[in-house]
Amino acid sequence: MASESMTSGEYISHHLLNLTYGKLPAGYERVGYDGHSQVLESAEWTLAHSATEAADMGFMAIHLDTIGWSLFLGILFCWSFGRVAKSVTAGVPTGFQNFVEMVVDFIDDNVKGIFHHKNPWIAPIGLTIFVWIFLQNLMDLVPVDWIPWVAMQMGVEYMRVVPSTDVNATLGMSLGVFFMILYYSIKQKGIGGFAAELAFQPLPKWALPFNLFLEVVGLIAKPISLALRLFGNMYAGEMVFIIISLLPFYLQWTLSVPWAIFHILVITLQAFIFSTLTVVYLAMAYDHH
Amino acid sequence: MNINLTLFAQLISFAIFVWFCKNYVWPPIIGAMQERQKQISDGLNAAEKAGQDLEDARQQVKAQLVEAKAQAAGILDQANKRAAQIVDEAKEQAFEEGLRLKGAAQADIDQEVNRAKEKLRSQVASLVLVGAEKILEASIDETAHSDIVNKLAANL
Repeated sequence: MASESMTSGEYISHHLLNLTYGKLPAGYERVGYDGHSQVLESAEWTLAHSATEAADMGFMAIHLDTIGWSLFLGILFCWSFGRVAKSVTAGVPTGFQNFVEMVVDFIDDNVKGIFHHKNPWIAPIGLTIFVWIFLQNLMDLVPVDWIPWVAMQMGVEYMRVVPSTDVNATLGMSLGVFFMILYYSIKQKGIGGFAAELAFQPLPKWALPFNLFLEVVGLIAKPISLALRLFGNMYAGEMVFIIISLLPFYLQWTLSVPWAIFHILVITLQAFIFSTLTVVYLAMAYDHH
Repeated sequence: MNINLTLFAQLISFAIFVWFCKNYVWPPIIGAMQERQKQISDGLNAAEKAGQDLEDARQQVKAQLVEAKAQAAGILDQANKRAAQIVDEAKEQAFEEGLRLKGAAQADIDQEVNRAKEKLRSQVASLVLVGAEKILEASIDETAHSDIVNKLAANL
Protein backbone atom coordinates (compact mmCIF):
# COMPACT_ATOMS: atom_id res chain seq x y z
CA MET A 1 0.00 0.00 0.00
CA ALA A 2 1.15 3.44 -0.87
CA SER A 3 0.79 4.82 2.59
CA GLU A 4 -0.38 3.39 5.87
CA SER A 5 -2.77 6.22 6.54
CA MET A 6 -4.96 5.25 3.59
CA THR A 7 -7.95 2.98 3.77
CA SER A 8 -8.33 0.29 1.14
CA GLY A 9 -11.02 2.26 -0.60
CA GLU A 10 -8.88 5.37 -0.71
CA TYR A 11 -5.95 3.36 -1.99
CA ILE A 12 -7.98 1.87 -4.82
CA SER A 13 -9.61 5.10 -5.87
CA HIS A 14 -6.24 6.83 -5.69
CA HIS A 15 -4.87 4.25 -8.11
CA LEU A 16 -7.81 4.71 -10.42
CA LEU A 17 -7.52 8.46 -10.75
CA ASN A 18 -5.70 9.93 -13.71
CA LEU A 19 -3.33 12.84 -13.49
CA THR A 20 -5.90 15.31 -14.80
CA TYR A 21 -5.02 18.75 -16.04
CA GLY A 22 -8.10 20.80 -16.79
CA LYS A 23 -10.15 23.92 -16.43
CA LEU A 24 -12.01 24.66 -13.25
CA PRO A 25 -14.76 27.26 -13.65
CA ALA A 26 -14.83 30.58 -11.82
CA GLY A 27 -16.44 30.39 -8.41
CA TYR A 28 -15.39 26.76 -7.95
CA GLU A 29 -14.74 25.79 -4.39
CA ARG A 30 -11.53 23.77 -4.03
CA VAL A 31 -10.99 21.78 -0.89
CA GLY A 32 -7.30 21.51 0.03
CA TYR A 33 -5.64 18.55 1.70
CA ASP A 34 -5.75 20.32 4.96
CA GLY A 35 -9.53 20.70 4.78
CA HIS A 36 -9.47 24.44 4.01
CA SER A 37 -11.60 25.44 1.10
CA GLN A 38 -10.75 28.09 -1.42
CA VAL A 39 -13.04 29.68 -3.97
CA LEU A 40 -11.59 30.38 -7.41
CA GLU A 41 -12.05 33.95 -8.57
CA SER A 42 -11.70 33.12 -12.23
CA ALA A 43 -11.62 30.03 -14.39
CA GLU A 44 -8.30 28.32 -13.97
CA TRP A 45 -6.32 25.54 -15.75
CA THR A 46 -4.84 23.37 -13.08
CA LEU A 47 -4.12 19.84 -11.90
CA ALA A 48 -7.01 18.10 -10.20
CA HIS A 49 -6.40 17.32 -6.55
CA SER A 50 -9.26 14.86 -6.20
CA ALA A 51 -11.69 12.69 -8.10
CA THR A 52 -14.39 15.29 -7.58
CA GLU A 53 -12.24 18.04 -9.08
CA ALA A 54 -11.31 15.83 -12.00
CA ALA A 55 -14.99 15.09 -12.61
CA ASP A 56 -15.94 18.76 -12.30
CA MET A 57 -13.40 19.72 -14.95
CA GLY A 58 -15.73 18.11 -17.46
CA PHE A 59 -14.66 17.75 -21.02
CA MET A 60 -12.04 20.50 -20.94
CA ALA A 61 -9.41 18.35 -19.28
CA ILE A 62 -6.63 16.11 -20.28
CA HIS A 63 -5.12 13.04 -18.65
CA LEU A 64 -1.44 13.83 -18.65
CA ASP A 65 -0.42 10.34 -17.54
CA THR A 66 -2.46 8.56 -20.22
CA ILE A 67 -1.20 10.85 -22.96
CA GLY A 68 2.36 10.84 -21.65
CA TRP A 69 2.64 7.08 -21.41
CA SER A 70 0.84 6.33 -24.64
CA LEU A 71 2.99 8.89 -26.47
CA PHE A 72 6.10 7.42 -24.88
CA LEU A 73 5.08 3.88 -25.87
CA GLY A 74 4.07 4.95 -29.38
CA ILE A 75 7.38 6.72 -29.83
CA LEU A 76 9.14 3.65 -28.43
CA PHE A 77 7.37 1.60 -31.10
CA CYS A 78 8.22 4.05 -33.90
CA TRP A 79 11.79 4.42 -32.73
CA SER A 80 12.57 0.72 -32.28
CA PHE A 81 10.77 -0.46 -35.40
CA GLY A 82 12.00 2.56 -37.37
CA ARG A 83 15.57 1.77 -36.36
CA VAL A 84 15.17 -1.75 -37.70
CA ALA A 85 13.48 -0.42 -40.84
CA LYS A 86 16.45 1.84 -41.44
CA SER A 87 19.08 -0.87 -41.15
CA VAL A 88 16.95 -3.72 -42.44
CA THR A 89 18.76 -6.18 -44.65
CA ALA A 90 17.47 -8.85 -46.98
CA GLY A 91 20.45 -10.95 -45.93
CA VAL A 92 20.62 -12.96 -42.74
CA PRO A 93 18.53 -11.10 -40.13
CA THR A 94 19.96 -10.76 -36.63
CA GLY A 95 18.84 -9.80 -33.17
CA PHE A 96 15.95 -7.39 -32.92
CA GLN A 97 15.33 -7.56 -36.67
CA ASN A 98 14.25 -11.19 -36.19
CA PHE A 99 11.68 -10.15 -33.65
CA VAL A 100 10.40 -7.22 -35.70
CA GLU A 101 10.13 -9.40 -38.79
CA MET A 102 8.23 -12.00 -36.82
CA VAL A 103 5.68 -9.39 -35.73
CA VAL A 104 5.48 -7.84 -39.20
CA ASP A 105 5.05 -11.25 -40.80
CA PHE A 106 2.37 -12.18 -38.28
CA ILE A 107 0.40 -9.00 -39.03
CA ASP A 108 0.99 -9.31 -42.77
CA ASP A 109 -0.35 -12.88 -42.83
CA ASN A 110 -3.30 -11.85 -40.74
CA VAL A 111 -4.14 -8.87 -42.95
CA LYS A 112 -3.70 -10.89 -46.14
CA GLY A 113 -6.15 -13.45 -44.83
CA ILE A 114 -8.81 -10.84 -44.08
CA PHE A 115 -8.34 -7.90 -46.41
CA HIS A 116 -8.36 -8.83 -50.08
CA HIS A 117 -8.08 -5.40 -51.69
CA LYS A 118 -5.10 -3.24 -52.48
CA ASN A 119 -4.47 -0.60 -49.85
CA PRO A 120 -0.99 0.16 -48.53
CA TRP A 121 -2.42 1.62 -45.30
CA ILE A 122 -4.22 -1.38 -43.88
CA ALA A 123 -1.25 -3.51 -42.84
CA PRO A 124 0.66 -0.61 -41.20
CA ILE A 125 -2.55 0.33 -39.35
CA GLY A 126 -2.80 -3.26 -38.12
CA LEU A 127 0.84 -3.27 -37.06
CA THR A 128 0.66 0.08 -35.28
CA ILE A 129 -2.48 -0.87 -33.40
CA PHE A 130 -1.14 -4.27 -32.42
CA VAL A 131 2.23 -3.14 -31.15
CA TRP A 132 1.07 0.10 -29.63
CA ILE A 133 -1.81 -1.48 -27.72
CA PHE A 134 0.38 -4.40 -26.72
CA LEU A 135 2.93 -1.99 -25.24
CA GLN A 136 0.17 -0.04 -23.46
CA ASN A 137 -1.23 -3.26 -22.02
CA LEU A 138 2.25 -4.43 -21.11
CA MET A 139 2.52 -1.56 -18.64
CA ASP A 140 -0.03 -3.51 -16.61
CA LEU A 141 2.68 -6.02 -15.74
CA VAL A 142 4.79 -3.40 -14.01
CA PRO A 143 3.91 -3.80 -10.34
CA VAL A 144 1.11 -1.35 -9.63
CA ASP A 145 2.91 0.68 -6.99
CA TRP A 146 6.32 1.15 -8.55
CA ILE A 147 5.83 3.97 -11.01
CA PRO A 148 3.15 5.78 -8.94
CA TRP A 149 5.50 5.66 -5.95
CA VAL A 150 8.38 7.16 -7.98
CA ALA A 151 5.98 9.81 -9.29
CA MET A 152 4.84 10.54 -5.77
CA GLN A 153 8.43 11.12 -4.68
CA MET A 154 8.73 13.56 -7.58
CA GLY A 155 5.65 15.39 -6.39
CA VAL A 156 3.20 13.99 -8.91
CA GLU A 157 0.20 12.87 -6.99
CA TYR A 158 -1.64 10.68 -9.46
CA MET A 159 -0.13 8.37 -12.01
CA ARG A 160 -1.91 5.67 -14.01
CA VAL A 161 0.66 3.95 -16.16
CA VAL A 162 -1.59 1.76 -18.29
CA PRO A 163 -3.11 4.01 -20.98
CA SER A 164 -5.48 1.30 -22.16
CA THR A 165 -7.22 1.34 -18.76
CA ASP A 166 -8.33 4.87 -19.61
CA VAL A 167 -11.48 4.78 -21.69
CA ASN A 168 -10.37 8.02 -23.37
CA ALA A 169 -7.35 6.26 -24.84
CA THR A 170 -9.21 3.24 -26.14
CA LEU A 171 -12.07 5.38 -27.42
CA GLY A 172 -9.57 7.71 -29.09
CA MET A 173 -8.06 4.84 -31.03
CA SER A 174 -11.40 3.29 -31.89
CA LEU A 175 -12.64 6.68 -33.09
CA GLY A 176 -9.66 6.74 -35.41
CA VAL A 177 -10.75 3.35 -36.69
CA PHE A 178 -14.33 4.62 -37.00
CA PHE A 179 -13.26 7.57 -39.15
CA MET A 180 -11.28 5.21 -41.37
CA ILE A 181 -14.35 2.97 -41.72
CA LEU A 182 -16.44 5.99 -42.78
CA TYR A 183 -13.72 7.28 -45.12
CA TYR A 184 -13.17 3.99 -46.92
CA SER A 185 -16.90 3.17 -47.05
CA ILE A 186 -17.61 6.46 -48.79
CA LYS A 187 -14.49 6.22 -50.96
CA GLN A 188 -15.36 2.72 -52.16
CA LYS A 189 -19.14 2.98 -52.49
CA GLY A 190 -19.79 6.70 -52.77
CA ILE A 191 -22.02 8.57 -50.35
CA GLY A 192 -25.10 7.20 -52.12
CA GLY A 193 -23.86 3.64 -52.02
CA PHE A 194 -22.91 3.90 -48.38
CA ALA A 195 -26.27 5.45 -47.49
CA ALA A 196 -28.06 2.77 -49.49
CA GLU A 197 -26.18 0.15 -47.57
CA LEU A 198 -27.37 1.70 -44.33
CA ALA A 199 -30.95 2.15 -45.48
CA PHE A 200 -31.93 -0.68 -47.84
CA GLN A 201 -30.87 -3.72 -45.92
CA PRO A 202 -31.36 -6.16 -44.32
CA LEU A 203 -35.10 -5.69 -45.07
CA PRO A 204 -36.51 -4.29 -48.34
CA LYS A 205 -36.97 -0.56 -48.95
CA TRP A 206 -40.34 -0.26 -47.22
CA ALA A 207 -38.63 -0.89 -43.88
CA LEU A 208 -36.21 2.00 -44.33
CA PRO A 209 -36.45 3.51 -40.83
CA PHE A 210 -36.01 0.12 -39.26
CA ASN A 211 -33.06 -0.67 -41.52
CA LEU A 212 -31.45 2.68 -40.89
CA PHE A 213 -31.80 2.28 -37.15
CA LEU A 214 -30.37 -1.24 -37.23
CA GLU A 215 -27.45 -0.42 -39.50
CA VAL A 216 -26.50 2.83 -37.77
CA VAL A 217 -26.52 1.08 -34.42
CA GLY A 218 -24.40 -1.66 -35.98
CA LEU A 219 -22.01 0.93 -37.38
CA ILE A 220 -21.64 2.83 -34.14
CA ALA A 221 -21.33 -0.39 -32.18
CA LYS A 222 -18.07 -1.09 -33.99
CA PRO A 223 -15.90 1.62 -32.41
CA ILE A 224 -17.77 1.47 -29.12
CA SER A 225 -17.27 -2.26 -28.78
CA LEU A 226 -13.62 -1.98 -29.81
CA ALA A 227 -13.00 0.66 -27.18
CA LEU A 228 -15.01 -0.86 -24.38
CA ARG A 229 -13.71 -4.39 -24.91
CA LEU A 230 -10.10 -3.28 -24.56
CA PHE A 231 -10.89 -0.84 -21.77
CA GLY A 232 -12.97 -3.34 -19.85
CA ASN A 233 -10.40 -6.10 -20.04
CA MET A 234 -7.50 -3.90 -19.05
CA TYR A 235 -9.41 -2.04 -16.38
CA ALA A 236 -10.52 -5.31 -14.82
CA GLY A 237 -7.00 -6.71 -15.02
CA GLU A 238 -5.54 -3.63 -13.39
CA MET A 239 -8.22 -3.71 -10.73
CA VAL A 240 -7.27 -7.27 -9.84
CA PHE A 241 -3.62 -6.23 -9.53
CA ILE A 242 -4.59 -3.32 -7.29
CA ILE A 243 -6.70 -5.54 -5.07
CA ILE A 244 -3.94 -8.13 -4.89
CA SER A 245 -1.56 -5.39 -3.74
CA LEU A 246 -3.83 -4.81 -0.73
CA LEU A 247 -2.63 -8.12 0.64
CA PRO A 248 0.34 -8.27 2.99
CA PHE A 249 3.49 -7.96 0.87
CA TYR A 250 4.70 -11.50 1.69
CA LEU A 251 1.48 -12.99 0.31
CA GLN A 252 1.08 -10.87 -2.77
CA TRP A 253 3.23 -13.02 -5.01
CA THR A 254 0.98 -16.06 -4.51
CA LEU A 255 -1.74 -14.26 -6.46
CA SER A 256 0.07 -11.62 -8.45
CA VAL A 257 2.45 -14.05 -10.16
CA PRO A 258 -0.28 -16.38 -11.51
CA TRP A 259 -2.41 -13.39 -12.46
CA ALA A 260 0.51 -11.71 -14.23
CA ILE A 261 1.27 -14.88 -16.17
CA PHE A 262 -2.36 -15.21 -17.14
CA HIS A 263 -2.42 -11.53 -17.96
CA ILE A 264 0.38 -11.93 -20.52
CA LEU A 265 -2.14 -13.91 -22.50
CA VAL A 266 -4.87 -11.31 -22.01
CA ILE A 267 -2.79 -8.31 -23.06
CA THR A 268 -1.56 -10.03 -26.20
CA LEU A 269 -5.02 -11.29 -27.03
CA GLN A 270 -6.59 -7.86 -26.52
CA ALA A 271 -3.99 -6.20 -28.74
CA PHE A 272 -4.55 -8.88 -31.35
CA ILE A 273 -8.35 -8.57 -31.19
CA PHE A 274 -8.27 -4.80 -31.57
CA SER A 275 -5.89 -5.02 -34.49
CA THR A 276 -7.70 -7.86 -36.25
CA LEU A 277 -11.16 -6.37 -35.78
CA THR A 278 -9.90 -3.08 -37.19
CA VAL A 279 -8.75 -4.88 -40.31
CA VAL A 280 -12.04 -6.81 -40.46
CA TYR A 281 -14.05 -3.58 -40.21
CA LEU A 282 -11.97 -1.94 -42.90
CA ALA A 283 -12.39 -4.98 -45.13
CA MET A 284 -16.15 -4.70 -44.53
CA ALA A 285 -15.98 -1.04 -45.54
CA TYR A 286 -14.53 -2.20 -48.86
CA ASP A 287 -16.89 -5.08 -49.46
CA HIS A 288 -20.32 -4.58 -50.93
CA HIS A 289 -23.05 -6.24 -48.97
CA MET B 1 -13.70 7.81 -15.47
CA ASN B 2 -14.21 11.01 -17.34
CA ILE B 3 -14.47 11.50 -21.05
CA ASN B 4 -12.40 14.53 -21.98
CA LEU B 5 -9.85 15.97 -24.36
CA THR B 6 -7.58 12.97 -23.81
CA LEU B 7 -9.77 11.28 -26.39
CA PHE B 8 -8.65 13.65 -29.13
CA ALA B 9 -5.07 13.71 -28.00
CA GLN B 10 -5.05 9.93 -28.29
CA LEU B 11 -6.82 10.09 -31.66
CA ILE B 12 -4.21 12.50 -33.02
CA SER B 13 -1.26 10.51 -31.71
CA PHE B 14 -2.82 7.38 -33.15
CA ALA B 15 -3.01 9.04 -36.57
CA ILE B 16 0.60 10.22 -36.33
CA PHE B 17 1.91 6.79 -35.35
CA VAL B 18 -0.04 5.12 -38.14
CA TRP B 19 1.31 7.68 -40.60
CA PHE B 20 4.86 7.09 -39.39
CA CYS B 21 4.46 3.33 -39.56
CA LYS B 22 2.96 3.48 -43.06
CA ASN B 23 5.78 5.68 -44.36
CA TYR B 24 8.92 4.67 -42.48
CA VAL B 25 8.43 1.29 -40.82
CA TRP B 26 6.28 -0.99 -42.92
CA PRO B 27 7.65 -0.58 -46.47
CA PRO B 28 11.37 -1.16 -45.76
CA ILE B 29 10.77 -4.15 -43.50
CA ILE B 30 8.20 -5.89 -45.69
CA GLY B 31 10.36 -5.03 -48.73
CA ALA B 32 13.41 -6.67 -47.18
CA MET B 33 11.35 -9.72 -46.22
CA GLN B 34 9.95 -10.08 -49.72
CA GLU B 35 13.43 -9.56 -51.15
CA ARG B 36 14.77 -12.32 -48.92
CA GLN B 37 11.87 -14.56 -49.86
CA LYS B 38 12.73 -13.99 -53.52
CA GLN B 39 16.42 -14.65 -52.88
CA ILE B 40 15.66 -17.90 -51.10
CA SER B 41 13.26 -19.05 -53.78
CA ASP B 42 15.78 -18.09 -56.46
CA GLY B 43 18.47 -19.95 -54.56
CA LEU B 44 16.32 -23.05 -54.28
CA ASN B 45 15.48 -22.86 -57.97
CA ALA B 46 19.15 -22.44 -58.82
CA ALA B 47 20.05 -25.44 -56.65
CA GLU B 48 17.39 -27.51 -58.34
CA LYS B 49 18.59 -26.37 -61.75
CA ALA B 50 22.19 -27.15 -60.81
CA GLY B 51 21.13 -30.64 -59.77
CA GLN B 52 19.35 -31.06 -63.08
CA ASP B 53 22.44 -29.79 -64.90
CA LEU B 54 24.60 -32.23 -63.00
CA GLU B 55 22.31 -35.07 -63.94
CA ASP B 56 22.38 -33.93 -67.56
CA ALA B 57 26.16 -33.73 -67.49
CA ARG B 58 26.35 -37.22 -66.02
CA GLN B 59 24.14 -38.55 -68.80
CA GLN B 60 26.24 -36.72 -71.36
CA VAL B 61 29.44 -38.11 -69.90
CA LYS B 62 27.97 -41.59 -70.00
CA ALA B 63 26.93 -41.17 -73.62
CA GLN B 64 30.32 -39.75 -74.52
CA LEU B 65 32.06 -42.60 -72.75
CA VAL B 66 30.04 -45.15 -74.72
CA GLU B 67 30.78 -43.27 -77.92
CA ALA B 68 34.46 -43.06 -77.09
CA LYS B 69 34.58 -46.75 -76.37
CA ALA B 70 32.88 -47.48 -79.66
CA GLN B 71 35.30 -45.18 -81.41
CA ALA B 72 38.28 -46.77 -79.73
CA ALA B 73 37.01 -50.20 -80.70
CA GLY B 74 36.59 -48.98 -84.28
CA ILE B 75 40.05 -47.50 -84.32
CA LEU B 76 41.51 -50.69 -82.89
CA ASP B 77 39.69 -52.75 -85.46
CA GLN B 78 40.87 -50.53 -88.25
CA ALA B 79 44.43 -50.64 -86.91
CA ASN B 80 44.32 -54.41 -86.77
CA LYS B 81 43.07 -54.58 -90.32
CA ARG B 82 45.65 -52.13 -91.45
CA ALA B 83 48.38 -54.07 -89.69
CA ALA B 84 47.27 -57.26 -91.33
CA GLN B 85 47.20 -55.47 -94.64
CA ILE B 86 50.69 -54.09 -94.07
CA VAL B 87 51.97 -57.51 -93.13
CA ASP B 88 50.39 -58.98 -96.24
CA GLU B 89 51.82 -56.26 -98.39
CA ALA B 90 55.20 -56.72 -96.79
CA LYS B 91 55.03 -60.43 -97.37
CA GLU B 92 54.13 -59.91 -100.97
CA GLN B 93 56.87 -57.36 -101.42
CA ALA B 94 59.35 -59.61 -99.72
CA PHE B 95 58.32 -62.48 -101.98
CA GLU B 96 58.64 -60.30 -105.02
CA GLU B 97 61.99 -59.00 -103.80
CA GLY B 98 63.10 -62.53 -103.23
CA LEU B 99 62.08 -63.45 -106.73
CA ARG B 100 63.82 -60.43 -108.09
CA LEU B 101 66.98 -61.15 -106.12
CA LYS B 102 66.79 -64.73 -107.13
CA GLY B 103 66.44 -63.67 -110.76
CA ALA B 104 69.35 -61.31 -110.49
CA ALA B 105 71.49 -63.96 -108.84
CA GLN B 106 70.51 -66.44 -111.53
CA ALA B 107 71.51 -63.93 -114.17
CA ASP B 108 74.78 -63.30 -112.41
CA ILE B 109 75.42 -67.00 -112.16
CA ASP B 110 74.60 -67.51 -115.84
CA GLN B 111 76.83 -64.66 -116.77
CA GLU B 112 79.60 -66.02 -114.62
CA VAL B 113 79.15 -69.47 -116.08
CA ASN B 114 79.26 -68.07 -119.58
CA ARG B 115 82.27 -66.04 -118.75
CA ALA B 116 83.95 -69.10 -117.24
CA LYS B 117 82.95 -71.13 -120.26
CA GLU B 118 84.40 -68.43 -122.54
CA LYS B 119 87.56 -68.31 -120.54
CA LEU B 120 87.73 -72.08 -120.44
CA ARG B 121 87.10 -72.20 -124.18
CA SER B 122 89.91 -69.83 -124.91
CA GLN B 123 92.20 -71.61 -122.51
CA VAL B 124 91.20 -75.05 -123.86
CA ALA B 125 92.16 -73.95 -127.41
CA SER B 126 95.57 -72.91 -126.32
CA LEU B 127 95.93 -76.02 -124.11
CA VAL B 128 94.88 -78.27 -126.96
CA LEU B 129 97.29 -76.48 -129.19
CA VAL B 130 100.05 -76.89 -126.63
CA GLY B 131 99.13 -80.57 -126.21
CA ALA B 132 98.87 -81.25 -129.90
CA GLU B 133 102.10 -79.41 -130.48
CA LYS B 134 103.68 -81.58 -127.96
CA ILE B 135 102.21 -84.70 -129.58
CA LEU B 136 102.84 -83.74 -133.11
CA GLU B 137 105.98 -81.78 -132.42
CA ALA B 138 107.16 -80.20 -135.50
CA SER B 139 104.84 -81.89 -137.99
CA ILE B 140 102.31 -79.43 -137.60
CA ASP B 141 102.34 -76.01 -139.06
CA GLU B 142 101.01 -73.73 -136.48
CA THR B 143 99.50 -71.32 -138.83
CA ALA B 144 98.09 -74.03 -141.04
CA HIS B 145 96.38 -75.93 -138.27
CA SER B 146 95.32 -73.24 -135.95
CA ASP B 147 92.08 -72.94 -137.85
CA ILE B 148 91.21 -76.52 -137.13
CA VAL B 149 92.10 -76.19 -133.49
CA ASN B 150 90.08 -73.01 -133.14
CA LYS B 151 87.08 -74.72 -134.70
CA LEU B 152 87.54 -77.50 -132.21
CA ALA B 153 87.75 -75.10 -129.37
CA ALA B 154 84.64 -73.31 -130.54
CA ASN B 155 82.74 -76.59 -130.25
CA LEU B 156 83.59 -76.98 -126.67
